[in-house]
Amino acid sequence: MSYSEKVIDHYNNPRNVGSLPKGDTAVGTGLVGAPECGDVMKLQVRVNPETGVIDDAKFKTFGCGSAIASSSLATEWLKGKTLEQALEIKNVDIVQELSLPPVKIHCSVLAEDAIKAAIADYKRKQQDGQ
Amino acid sequence: MLRFPIYMDNHATTPVDPRVLELMLPYFTDRFGNAASRNHSYGWQAEEAVDVARKQVAELIGATAKEIVFTSGATESDNLAIKGAARMYREKGNHLITVVTEHKAVIDTCKHLEKEGFDVTYLPVKRDGLVDLDRLRAAITDRTILISIMAANNEVGVLQPIAEIGKMARERGVLFHTDAVQAAGKVPFDVNASSVDMASLSAHKMYGPKGVGALYVRRRNPRVLLTPIIDGGGHERGMRSGTLNVPGIVGFGKAAAICREELATESARVTGLRNRLSDGLRRELDEIYINGSVEHRLPGNLNVSFAYVEGESLLMGINDIAVSSGSACTSATLEPSYVLKALGTSDELAHSSIRFGLGRFNTEEEVDFVVQKVSAVVKRLREMSPLYELAKEHEEVKIRG
Repeated sequence: MSYSEKVIDHYNNPRNVGSLPKGDTAVGTGLVGAPECGDVMKLQVRVNPETGVIDDAKFKTFGCGSAIASSSLATEWLKGKTLEQALEIKNVDIVQELSLPPVKIHCSVLAEDAIKAAIADYKRKQQDGQ
Repeated sequence: MLRFPIYMDNHATTPVDPRVLELMLPYFTDRFGNAASRNHSYGWQAEEAVDVARKQVAELIGATAKEIVFTSGATESDNLAIKGAARMYREKGNHLITVVTEHKAVIDTCKHLEKEGFDVTYLPVKRDGLVDLDRLRAAITDRTILISIMAANNEVGVLQPIAEIGKMARERGVLFHTDAVQAAGKVPFDVNASSVDMASLSAHKMYGPKGVGALYVRRRNPRVLLTPIIDGGGHERGMRSGTLNVPGIVGFGKAAAICREELATESARVTGLRNRLSDGLRRELDEIYINGSVEHRLPGNLNVSFAYVEGESLLMGINDIAVSSGSACTSATLEPSYVLKALGTSDELAHSSIRFGLGRFNTEEEVDFVVQKVSAVVKRLREMSPLYELAKEHEEVKIRG
């Protein structure tokens, strides 16, 4: 398996690895995938309550290099976006940016799912808080 | 001085031993004759060289030279043994027995025969990878004509109890074929001591060239007959037509002779390296699991799962080490190794597995480098793994609770 330079770069220097406090109402957490399938992604966003803009994003991923790169890239793209803008990130954008081969498209799909799940979690928290 | 990438994938293939290559080279040029040419010295010379090699290969496994049929490799040998015996003895019965952890060359050959109307029993294995002899005994029927069980597994290195299997097959009048590709030359293997009727061998797994293998076919007690799968000039006692690969066969013979001479010292040395690797990894890392029996195992094999780390990402991090993974992230089905699944390894741990295959040319220095490198990458990937984080949180909860 040969990887694109961008995948290798994200794998060697992953951006935004780590965790945000799950209990924080400003933090949304998405956990997608299944260990038995070989891919699990945890993606978190922190939203500035004043501006509605994502001011921090973190990830942890169990998966192949492409899965790690997809989630690393996603956190990079999320920072500075509003929730609406964030939901516009599509898996095909990730495929294109990282030059993922067809067998690795599921990694990008998982990253898109993780973004959606994190935002849904954040929105749920806001509703519950009201 | 380390040479990169460090090669630890000796179950996939091995480099040709320089002593083997040296002996082969003249058979490409000066001594290029066809071993079947009867009328001139080129042919005689080639035939003589093949005769020497045939004896060398036979001696490695306790056979006689006439019982060796040269083939293009072990996949062909497996096909010839299983299809050849099934078709030859069809009137005696139509039932075959094999094991789920066999190489695809055996499994897919059996599947092909099912389409021809044969019944095949695929026996499960125990948690340690060994076949359950009671289940095997119970599976044999009056219609059973062949048992095919490998001597050593290519993924987990587990050694099957072939002497017991051979004895059982002999008592019931069933032929016994073993794919001995990984075992021959690495551990003692004798076709008479193990009552083996057919055995598949491959040169490139024992420091010989690719593209040449052999099938041992017993000639006495019982005499095994096979229906050929390749028709032609009637070479190899009619069992395998086709001009002999003389340089390859010469190399195969020499490789077998070296393995035979050096088996005791080499297996002790390689076992030492394997244990050094295993001990080193266990010293550096927690939650690593060895797949398959530790006791009944090839000297050079270490198949280990690194919990919470996906195999392909681990391979990417250790790209200066050539090994293989039980994870099949690249396959369309996303199915991990069927061998590990058969051992009852969870899919998660199968995705986390790496197969190290140590061999003749590995050194302690290489092993020490691999221990350090693998440990560092596993630690880094665990820090990135949500599963590791969850497991640690769970542990803390347990401790606090």
